[in-house]
Amino acid sequence: MADVNRGNRPLSPFMIGPYYRPQITSISSIMVRITGIACYGFAFLVICWLVAAATSEAAFGRVDWLLTSYLGDLLMLLAAWAIWYHVLGRLRHVVWDFGFLLDVETSQKMGWGMFIGATVLALFTVLVV
Amino acid sequence: MAQFTLPKNSRIRTGKTWPKPDGATNVRKFQIYRWSPDDGENPRVDTYFLDMDKCGPMVLDALIKIKNEIDPTLTFRRSCREGICGSCAMMIDGINTLACIYGLDEIKGDVTIYPLPHMPVVKDLIPDLTHFYAQHASIMPWLETKTNKPAKEWRQSIEDRKKLDGLYECVMCASCSTSCPSYWWNGDRYLGPAALLHAYRWIIDSRDEATGERLDELEDPFKLYRCHTIMNCAKTCPKGLNPAAAIAHIKQMMVERTV
Repeated sequence: MADVNRGNRPLSPFMIGPYYRPQITSISSIMVRITGIACYGFAFLVICWLVAAATSEAAFGRVDWLLTSYLGDLLMLLAAWAIWYHVLGRLRHVVWDFGFLLDVETSQKMGWGMFIGATVLALFTVLVV
Repeated sequence: MAQFTLPKNSRIRTGKTWPKPDGATNVRKFQIYRWSPDDGENPRVDTYFLDMDKCGPMVLDALIKIKNEIDPTLTFRRSCREGICGSCAMMIDGINTLACIYGLDEIKGDVTIYPLPHMPVVKDLIPDLTHFYAQHASIMPWLETKTNKPAKEWRQSIEDRKKLDGLYECVMCASCSTSCPSYWWNGDRYLGPAALLHAYRWIIDSRDEATGERLDELEDPFKLYRCHTIMNCAKTCPKGLNPAAAIAHIKQMMVERTV
């Protein structure tokens, strides 16, 4: 086949947001990945706390001050939300991997359920614990 | 690797605005992706205006009207105009679908039309599907048998035939694969929803005798397991099929045969 300019063909636009429509299916999926990465960050903060406690009283004082400040409280609330969201997201994957609830309608409902569920469970965690 | 921006030669510049039709009261705005291999320029988005009182109901009707009456250089694939050939798949109003069976009344406001996402563009709305077709060919999309040929035909029970419903209807329009972020980022090695749906269609065909080989072929970190059940494929399929479910069932069969 006679073919012109195969090398310089542009890539068609794709990005979710400016071009491809964001949908609860894709957003709830990428949020599982994002909250998973965030959980590593929060785990690192907790480790800093423990390492500081093992190092010296002054070091513990500084980290403890940060983590019990309003900023620390906010971080802990976000961490609780991220952990619960990630747990619910992984549960959805378990259900899917057993071959259940793979239709679009139910998957979308589960996606909304993850956002609502994580919010309720995070508030519950923060208020009770 | 995840990619979030367009390469330099693919960034979109402002295009041409074509004149509004004279004396029309019901005018609608169309924004359409244009790229020509002949002028060495970057892609652009052109703006067209159509008199909707003199236009057919589907997106394809509008494209044909633009090509006939305003700009004959607008290039797109189309054939059957009834959703069975799969030629006119493109990104319309932010989702992949077939222009011929997507109604203009389903879109609010201006109509935006781009080629299928994250594909090399041949011209305007035409993506290069060479790699997509090669991936389909790689899953052996045919009945593979080892026993002697029956005198008349390979028979199948009504129940076994029913297992192919929701799979055989695929028209290979590439809407699903090009809607999948995993396919955008790993399309060179990940087979994508369309090819995997076809793979499953032959894996569960009761007459096929190469199920083991087919599964062996898919046991690969990229070919099958790049599917993270994002579900863009099932959400966008213009035929209402569910490739995500088919892929999940292949994964289940992988587990079942090892335990």
